[in-house]
Amino acid sequence: MYLKDISIINFKNFEQFEAEFSPRFNCFLGNNGVGKTNLMDAVYYMSFTKSHFNAIDRHNIRHNADMFVIQGNYLRKQDDVKMHCGLKRHGKKQIKCNGKSYEKFSEHIGLLPLVFITPSDTDMIKSGSDLRRKYIDGVISQYDKTYLKQLLKYNRALEQRNALLKSINPKNPYDEDALLIWDERLHQTASYIYQERQKAVDALLPIFNHYYSEISGGREQVSIFYKSKLHDKSMKDLLVDSRKRDLILQHTGVGIHRDDLEFDLDGHPLKRTGSQGQEKSLIIALKLAQFEFIYKTTEVCPILLLDDIFDKLDALRIKQLVDLLSDDKYGQVFFSDTSETRLPDLLKQVEVDVRIFNIKANPNYEKTSPNPNHDFTDADIEQSDAERSG
Amino acid sequence: MALDDTIMETGNYPSALLEKAVNEFNKLPGIGKRTALRLVLHLLKQEASELENFSSILHELGNNIRFCEKCNNISDEKICNICASNKRDQQVICIVESVRDVMAIEATGQYKGVYQVLGGIISPMDGIGPNDLHINNLPERIQNDNVKEIIMALPTTMEGDTTAFYIYRKISKLDVKISSIARGIAIGDELQYADEITLGRSILNRISFNFNANEDY
Repeated sequence: MYLKDISIINFKNFEQFEAEFSPRFNCFLGNNGVGKTNLMDAVYYMSFTKSHFNAIDRHNIRHNADMFVIQGNYLRKQDDVKMHCGLKRHGKKQIKCNGKSYEKFSEHIGLLPLVFITPSDTDMIKSGSDLRRKYIDGVISQYDKTYLKQLLKYNRALEQRNALLKSINPKNPYDEDALLIWDERLHQTASYIYQERQKAVDALLPIFNHYYSEISGGREQVSIFYKSKLHDKSMKDLLVDSRKRDLILQHTGVGIHRDDLEFDLDGHPLKRTGSQGQEKSLIIALKLAQFEFIYKTTEVCPILLLDDIFDKLDALRIKQLVDLLSDDKYGQVFFSDTSETRLPDLLKQVEVDVRIFNIKANPNYEKTSPNPNHDFTDADIEQSDAERSG
Repeated sequence: MALDDTIMETGNYPSALLEKAVNEFNKLPGIGKRTALRLVLHLLKQEASELENFSSILHELGNNIRFCEKCNNISDEKICNICASNKRDQQVICIVESVRDVMAIEATGQYKGVYQVLGGIISPMDGIGPNDLHINNLPERIQNDNVKEIIMALPTTMEGDTTAFYIYRKISKLDVKISSIARGIAIGDELQYADEITLGRSILNRISFNFNANEDY
């Protein structure tokens, strides 16, 4: 599958942008703050009906504009797919596929599979477990719609149970049955989620190992472990065991919302021993494993977005990566880099159709900026977003 | 500019009584300040006797409406006319969330049993627990009236299902059949437009073919 063309109006820093893409390699080149990542985010938006970066949708509308529109034409398994995403500042979000609106946006997820690799992904290794769960959830929900539904149900039941635990006080004493009904809900959904996560990790592991050795040149051995209390006991039993604690702490201390993934490098947790380059290699291997996994299960070749490809990797690893991606197995790939020559020079050595886009700062953008001499960067946009939402 | 626009913009009501009335109407669901003012000004244009009638009905509503002691349905008497009717089968109880659901089921003309109106659905996030609902008298009611069947007719949401499960736990030890209303394809619907979950359930819980049952459209 590939994205044939895109048309953007008022999305993030772009007032207007149009481009036709190569079915293979596309490079967005330009200085900081010209919007390379935003272009990738627009492509991401059409697959996931939301931005990868801004959780609040209206923050994706260009400053002083009233709405944004992203449109794109895809070729998916010989069929044309026309996407339209639009949002008005005071209106409802519209996602249309071939002219038809979705009732639930979650129905769209998985139709246009995509894997996004960004510099901030390495946070996943060091930060709390939620990003690692998000990764595995993202992998599974792109091919299993039931999984996403079960996960939403689980989260809802968890919120209800926690609200109940918080409401218990001397005036409102503990009613065992009122708690048990939510335990039952959690049990039903957690069992399914646990099984699917285990299956996904098992299936990912060999693919992940393969990619890691391709990128690193085979010098290091890596592994993933799925850590969950459900390995030993059913959700129901776990909840019974932790009930006393839950009642004191007033929230649910066990369950699949506490699951984690552990990455090991040569037998040691990567969290403690990995270099930045090793962490980045691991992330790329993880994401490529995700890519292959989605490809296998959906039989649709996902789009690959590689933001800031030279971030933290040495020349050898980048060369290995580019060689790897030039294999016919891969479809459309978007790269971004700040140098106008570095990536094109590297890509000259591979026999793949390459299209280069030199992105310039949007002149219309400066007209609306409060300080005309000031170049906007992503950080500025985020900052002003924070001010507005604050 | 119309009178109500002027008032809305300045916030200056020519009369304190008018302002009070507007604020009261404003409390009603779906009524904003502007609509509230429109309704009050409309009432003021009516004959005095009309207004008198209107206020006395409100007064009576506040003083005389009761909730049925058996089923919690809205009633004029201690026991509502459904529970009091000797034409209704007292041994079948249909459990519903609100009075509106009673009215919806009554409108079908298909149900001859009685009801139990919960007055809400369990949702700790909204501060609603089992004790806020009309559930506690149900086991006693089942035993006293020798009830044969309980029909769950609650919303098909997670909270609705969970509430049904709570009730099930409370009464499952009693000798009573517990059923749930069927979920499936709506009459007159085309299959291609049905959502996957409903369609999936309809296939799993299919029923024996009955030609006469299909004549309702």
